[in-house]
Amino acid sequence: MKTIKEINEKIRKGDAVVVTAEEIIDLVEKKGVKKAAREVDVVTTATFGPMCSSGVYFNIGHSKPRIKLGGGSCTVNDVPVYAGFGAVDVFLGATAVPDDDPRNKVFPGEFKYGGAHVIQDLAGGKDVRLECGAYGTDCYPRKKLETLLNIKDLNEAVLFNMRNCYQNYNVAVNLSDKTIFTYMGMLKPKLGNANYSSAGQFSPLLKDPYYRTIGIGTRIFLGGGIGYVAWQGTQHNPCVSRGKNGIPLSGAGTLAVIGDLKQMSAEWLIGTSMAGYGVTLSVGIGVPIPVLDEEVVKRAAVTDACIYAQVVDYSRDYPQRNPRVIAEVSYAELRSGRIKLRGKNVPTGSLSSYARARKIACILKSWIGKGEFFLTEPSAALPGAESGYKVKVLNERLYKKE
Amino acid sequence: MISRKVVLHFPQKLVEQPIVFKLVKDYGLNFNILKAYVTPDEEGLMVLELSGEEAAFEKGLHYLKSCGVKIQPLSQDVVRNEKKCTDCGVCVPLCPAGALLPDAKSKRIIFTEDKCIACGVCVRICPFKAMEVHF
Repeated sequence: MKTIKEINEKIRKGDAVVVTAEEIIDLVEKKGVKKAAREVDVVTTATFGPMCSSGVYFNIGHSKPRIKLGGGSCTVNDVPVYAGFGAVDVFLGATAVPDDDPRNKVFPGEFKYGGAHVIQDLAGGKDVRLECGAYGTDCYPRKKLETLLNIKDLNEAVLFNMRNCYQNYNVAVNLSDKTIFTYMGMLKPKLGNANYSSAGQFSPLLKDPYYRTIGIGTRIFLGGGIGYVAWQGTQHNPCVSRGKNGIPLSGAGTLAVIGDLKQMSAEWLIGTSMAGYGVTLSVGIGVPIPVLDEEVVKRAAVTDACIYAQVVDYSRDYPQRNPRVIAEVSYAELRSGRIKLRGKNVPTGSLSSYARARKIACILKSWIGKGEFFLTEPSAALPGAESGYKVKVLNERLYKKE
Repeated sequence: MISRKVVLHFPQKLVEQPIVFKLVKDYGLNFNILKAYVTPDEEGLMVLELSGEEAAFEKGLHYLKSCGVKIQPLSQDVVRNEKKCTDCGVCVPLCPAGALLPDAKSKRIIFTEDKCIACGVCVRICPFKAMEVHF
């Protein structure tokens, strides 16, 4: 019905009709799929939540005399950074914490500052403290380097997140009789609360459940700037069971994303401290869905009431990798503030910010509306629901110790 | 009608007496216990929201003082750093006072300070350190 090229032409002329993933729901309700598909050109989806497998690589430039960090050691604001590359390239992971952080020694640990906070500071234009040690070579004689760094002085600073944007996610509860601290937040005993983490009807991969328009090379809103889908994310698992509407009932698809950190902002990349668990980065992502035909609209207009998540016990089942699912609940129920579980009215909490997802979808809509953001054809498709591509678990094998 | 949150310190000798009951019976005050515990040296500590007619309120407080109860206004306040809050809502089910609730329309998390009992659970668990204790 429409091609991406035609939609881009409309964007160029300022004629494109762009609606958010929430607005398309109302539109389809009022006018039906057929009419909505004719009227709308792009649907903007978004999510904002903690995404641990995020990181930044950067090149600090060559000092005089030169130093080779590869094989040496390196910290930024006391957070260890991986230096096993060329002379002055390093990779900073979101969940890294300083060596002297007490971690969980006094439980639950606070995890006040880690890699994700460094990423936020860099994106926010703050100076950070670099400390390096190297072994020294004939061509790179220097053994020690201590300096302030600012993102504007780095050659490249690139956000590269190997797993973001989970298509769907567990609802975490605690069946034990003591409070636990997890990556899904504090869970009170005996079903004291139920925490979920998805933007639901705003979430990119829930609105394109078969990855028809989102693929490798898709241009996106990333951390306040422009980024791209680089690959399927780690643990991409598209072949899980799906509901009649095609929506996965569990985790399923993920995205690896990449973009220029220099364009991004500290508003959409936020250092996050999960008590008793660790540091993570909350990332804002927005993905445009081109309205190619009615099928795209039908999928994009799915509501929270038709998207289900699985309730999992995080006191025993999750840590022990037991596959038990306690219940399936819809995001509409989750968002109502309470869900019924085993006869109990359990209050719900969210890790993903719906308000922020909405804001991102609106920003992306305005970028496209103003002709500042164009859509891309994917260079290659993500492994799909029929691909046989599956996440594997680790089967440990013993080895002989010399 | 006035309503105020107060912190009451009961010395050991008063712990077993029905003092709060008298506030209701003799002074017609309403109370809501926000927090109560007995410290290791057996001093009682109670955070109360007291309400009633102004004259009765003052008489009630005078009665408490005459019994030897130490009265403090609730000086520990929890405030939200609006710049840091991302409106995720992970605090919502943990707040025992219902002071943190999502707005149905905007989906933003509304913090109602009047309902806050300064228990501090949100301060401990907010992933963005947006909830702060001010003394």
